[in-house]
Amino acid sequence: MTPPAAVPTATPARWQDFVQLLKPRVMSLVVFTAATGLICAGAPIHPVMGAIAILCIAVGAGASASLNMWYDADIDARMRRTRGRPVPAGRVQSADALALGIVLSLFSVMLLGLALNWLAAGLLAFTIFFYAVVYTIWLKRWTAQNIVIGGLAGALPPVIGWAAATGQAPLDAWILCAIIFMWTPPHFWALSLYTSEDYAAAGVPMLPVTAGAAVTRRQIWIYSLFLIPVCLAPVATGLGGAAYLAVAALGGAVFLLLAWRVRKGRAGDAADPRVTDGLYDVKAAARDARNLFAYSILYLTLLFATLLGEHLLGGAAPGLPGGLT
Amino acid sequence: MTEPDAETTPLAPVADDAANRARRGRNLAIALGLVGFVVLVYLVTVFRMGGNVLDRPL
Repeated sequence: MTPPAAVPTATPARWQDFVQLLKPRVMSLVVFTAATGLICAGAPIHPVMGAIAILCIAVGAGASASLNMWYDADIDARMRRTRGRPVPAGRVQSADALALGIVLSLFSVMLLGLALNWLAAGLLAFTIFFYAVVYTIWLKRWTAQNIVIGGLAGALPPVIGWAAATGQAPLDAWILCAIIFMWTPPHFWALSLYTSEDYAAAGVPMLPVTAGAAVTRRQIWIYSLFLIPVCLAPVATGLGGAAYLAVAALGGAVFLLLAWRVRKGRAGDAADPRVTDGLYDVKAAARDARNLFAYSILYLTLLFATLLGEHLLGGAAPGLPGGLT
Repeated sequence: MTEPDAETTPLAPVADDAANRARRGRNLAIALGLVGFVVLVYLVTVFRMGGNVLDRPL
């Protein structure tokens, strides 16, 4: 493991720079999915303790993001999407990002263990380790399967939430994990189809860089075909009810339609067809990939929001076929 | 008498306003974080003990 060289700070670090190290947008997704797991578990838990559990999981996710930004500063500096991050921009020393990541990791895991239970704390520790070490340090620079395997880190928060509430991690919790795990490859590969020039410049072996756009488009289609049945699995176990079935099926059909358009289109054939540094402002050739990328976020949000709504309103019960009580 | 007085010459550059503001903001954020952590530990203690705090020989 070779830590990146320290970058001298050009301007004094503000507290907002340290918040940016925690990737607040990713944290908000982690909060959402972990809360879904915690509530779908259906166990009686005091709201304050539930909030503390979610806070610990969110801070743990932020800690792993800070460790990611510490190690990946050299890559981030070469990519348009990430060159404005605090470490490559010179606003925060890389050693400070490392220290923040380690301190927040220890605090979040210890507090979750003391407040709730050690299964949840152990899963959180594993998630941080998996994202910071297995994905960031090992997989990301080594294999085109980096985001497939590394996606496990982003998929675990619902299991941690479930474990925090019940002290157990049953099949239903792992189904939620599987949904995010299977969703990650088409989501990220759709993005990488029109940001591949960035990844190539940074030396990151994303699939479009190593295998080409045509292979990536085919892989997106194959993973999408596997994703939709996984998204319907909660209905079979009773975790999801009628509303969830409707959202998963109809939304899944739209997902497949957009993935098919990517499969049949030419997204990724032209080099980096973006108009600006933003993720959504793309040229015509990349629109199919951009549409799938944007819709994939909406689809995952709808799935978890529907599950959350059903369990808050009593529309489904875990472990009972058909969601009947 | 034309030589500079070594005792009155500043040895370190004076931090400018932006650096001072940034440092003050970081200090406040750390203070708030520490206070928040203390409150969290207090809440966890209260909720974990629950009614058991009275279940002891008096």
